Amino acid sequence: MMHEKSISELSQLLHDKKISSKELTQHFLNRIKQFDKALNSFITVTEENALKQADNADKKIAAGDAHPLTGIPIAQKDIFCTQGVKTTCGSKMLDNFIAPYDATVIEKCNATGLVMLGKTNMDEFAMGSSNETSFYGAVKNPWDTTRTPGGSSGGSAAAVASRIAPIATGTDTGGSIRQPAALSGITGLKPTYGRVSRYGMIAFASSLDCGGVLSQSAQDAALLLNVIAGHDKKDSTSIHHDVPDYTKTLTDSLKGRVIGLPEEYFTGGLNSDVEKNIQDSIKLYEKLGATFKKISLPHTDLATSAYYVIAPAEASSNLARYDGVRYGYRCNHPKNLEDLYKRSRSEGFGEEVQRRIMIGTYVLSSGFYDAYYLKAQKIRRLIRDDFMHAFNDVDCILTPTAPTPAFKLGEKSQDPVAMYLSDIFTIAVNLAGLPGISIPAGFSNALPVGLQLIGKPFDEATILNVAHQFQLNTDWHKSFPTEY
Amino acid sequence: MTWETVIGLEVHVQLATKTKIFSGASTAFGAEPNTQACAVDLGLPGVLPVLNEETVKLAVTFGLSVGAQITKCSVFARKNYFYPDLPKGYQISQHNLPIVGEGKLDITLDDGATKTIRITRAHLEEDAGKSLHEGLPNVSGVDLNRAGTPLLEIVSEPDMRSSSEAVAYLKKLHQLVRYLGISDGNMQEGSFRCDVNISLRKMGADTFGTRAEIKNVNSFKFVEQAIEYEIDRQKEILENGGTIIQETRQYDPDENITRSLRSKENAPDYRYFPDPDLLPVVVSDAYLASILETLPELPWHKRDRLKQDYDLNDYDAEFISGQLAIAHYFEAALKNANGAKPKLIANWIAGELSAFLNKHNLSIEQSPINAKQLGELVARIHDNTISNNIAKQVFEALWNKAGSVDEIIEEKGLKQITDTGAIEKMIDTIIANNPNQVADYRAGKEKLFGFFVGLVMKETKGKANPAQLNALLKQKLQS
Repeated sequence: MMHEKSISELSQLLHDKKISSKELTQHFLNRIKQFDKALNSFITVTEENALKQADNADKKIAAGDAHPLTGIPIAQKDIFCTQGVKTTCGSKMLDNFIAPYDATVIEKCNATGLVMLGKTNMDEFAMGSSNETSFYGAVKNPWDTTRTPGGSSGGSAAAVASRIAPIATGTDTGGSIRQPAALSGITGLKPTYGRVSRYGMIAFASSLDCGGVLSQSAQDAALLLNVIAGHDKKDSTSIHHDVPDYTKTLTDSLKGRVIGLPEEYFTGGLNSDVEKNIQDSIKLYEKLGATFKKISLPHTDLATSAYYVIAPAEASSNLARYDGVRYGYRCNHPKNLEDLYKRSRSEGFGEEVQRRIMIGTYVLSSGFYDAYYLKAQKIRRLIRDDFMHAFNDVDCILTPTAPTPAFKLGEKSQDPVAMYLSDIFTIAVNLAGLPGISIPAGFSNALPVGLQLIGKPFDEATILNVAHQFQLNTDWHKSFPTEY
Repeated sequence: MTWETVIGLEVHVQLATKTKIFSGASTAFGAEPNTQACAVDLGLPGVLPVLNEETVKLAVTFGLSVGAQITKCSVFARKNYFYPDLPKGYQISQHNLPIVGEGKLDITLDDGATKTIRITRAHLEEDAGKSLHEGLPNVSGVDLNRAGTPLLEIVSEPDMRSSSEAVAYLKKLHQLVRYLGISDGNMQEGSFRCDVNISLRKMGADTFGTRAEIKNVNSFKFVEQAIEYEIDRQKEILENGGTIIQETRQYDPDENITRSLRSKENAPDYRYFPDPDLLPVVVSDAYLASILETLPELPWHKRDRLKQDYDLNDYDAEFISGQLAIAHYFEAALKNANGAKPKLIANWIAGELSAFLNKHNLSIEQSPINAKQLGELVARIHDNTISNNIAKQVFEALWNKAGSVDEIIEEKGLKQITDTGAIEKMIDTIIANNPNQVADYRAGKEKLFGFFVGLVMKETKGKANPAQLNALLKQKLQS
């Protein structure tokens, strides 16, 4: 079946004209119709537009004017602005917002001839780790629909995990690609900060937000990263740095590779099945020729605290534009300007978003700025220094992606701190601006477990190579729940 | 009790760039509402600012002209507050690390003395949009054309002690930014407006009193009036034993009063923090050197040079150097004046030309008589082709585009009569026809000399060379 194939395989079939993009697209649209009522992974399905794009892709392929990904269907996280299509960011605030322009990531996908199936569900403004903060309802984990697929890119993760989309985009501010990838049993790549343009990607925390990929394999992630990476003059924080062909180095040998194991990530609190899967993976890597080295990232325990100062601070300012004046939700019959602001924002934003706006406003307030924001920025520097120091000795770093497999829906939604701690292994990577990838590394009670590889700045090639070698020697990434 | 007035100014100068500071939208004034606001200016979800590098160049140009330290690594910060004309809910400005540091500007006081006003800093920021109320019953409109227009906010130390010092400083600054070409300085369109910080203290005190800030005053006259009003208001409070409240006030020119807008307690907490969407602005020594090289001659340097090189007096030098366009006009006219005295050209520009321009409400750039023509006109005075008086007729004809200087002189027959024989003949006839007056003159009524000059001029339609005529007439009357 077409949905059992990776996009590199689908690409081959399309270019050999064994299938058409239209057939392929229709197949996935049918699967969305069949399965997504239960999963809730899409907010908007753009069927008509998808079939049109598929037609165009088939013409391009017929004309021999195609990119390897031309004609491949893709699900886009609803955080990317898509011209003429509702772009909600998972919020009531933007329930009526039709974006008048395309995000750079969307523009690049369109130019390549990828076919957009629709916009995927997500935690409201990407604030959440379980996809439960979405205005459009929680997304269900395809492996167990009473559980979360993780968040905030939960819709993209569930769509790929159930193979109702062959690949998807996501964004990662504190783990929002890697954690749902781990909990849903797929591959999730967060590139280096600045590697992918943020233009048109609705901002949560600007210095941390990073666009990336949720896919079936590292190879597929490399193919899509080839499309979306690169400097963008519309984003001053995107970086002028050569974009290599990430598929070229996937099969490089791991002989001589040194992988770091940070002691701070293997202490108590780690689920024993998760621990066992990671240890098994380490053994496999040793067989493949890699060597391991214990390292220390001494400021690890400060990462979550620093993150929950910096991210809300930036968010409180980034979300100020949703004021009911120009677009988005506006309360009924405002009495005056202040009433317009207060009610539009109180009614338009969900609880978690309001909580973070309040935290962020507080930490930036006069008299508190130095104690919180400035101190958090200093910690951030120390965390980055920890990593850069470690990279003197190792090529990449291996850790678990999340402390536990997928948790139950509702389990942590009333306990924000417990929820925040589910990103404990991913947050430091964002603070340091590094690339990270999560790949499936086994199961715990029929729930997927993820393994995280962290790379040097702009060295996505190494972690993709290390991930791909693992996937050449394991089948975890190929399995998906049988009912789909 | 004598009180000393203490004034500091924050001047917002709109920078003369084609596009906005963080987007590609046009900055032109006066377009239909919201036609010059792109996705970035509207603060749509997902958009990002990209710095217009020209604004950095203009800010650095200003900084170097006032001898300021240029910050090698300046940082944009977000100033957070809610207002309908502020689309993002924050203004991108500079806070702790402004691009221009401490500098100074010399002003000339009423008594001719020079005083140095210290400049604290100057920083780049974006302007907000405009709220519209007129003609919109029960609703307010927002026009975001102005949102994102680049501003340079120039902050002075509290170094001014009177309204006239404040106005002198503002005029100097206004002259400077126009000279540098960094702003059109158009005050009606809001390209140059200021906030006035003003307090009083007992004469001789060494600490400052509590100040009031008068927001957004946009003419020299209003600044003067607002300060005078505020001095009276504060004096009255203090002399009655009251205390001044630190607050923001607004000047109402219709009633010539200031009104309280909000007190310090109600001032918003702007929650400044570095804008994570923008990189720090790093300027290299080479960049500074390249801008220093292209810095135009500054008005006060030009004034001194005009005095020295062309022997102009203070008034003329100040007038000619007052606007770059006038200075250019002067120097271009001089080039075409065939060796005429610079002073003569200065007189024509400050006199006849200025009078005509004022009368027709034109700037010198719009003058129907260009610098070359004025130079040619003065050259003809200098080489005695026409007299200064006749030149005024030529000037008027030039203004009305009647042809070139020489064509007009030729066509209208305005060439000066320098033929001694012809003038002598006329004088002889006049002496013969006016025996009584000649007798009176010779008897000592020397005032009648003008009468004879007048008659000759009438006869020659003013074309007789005045010096020649005087000499000949004197000679004939005495003989």
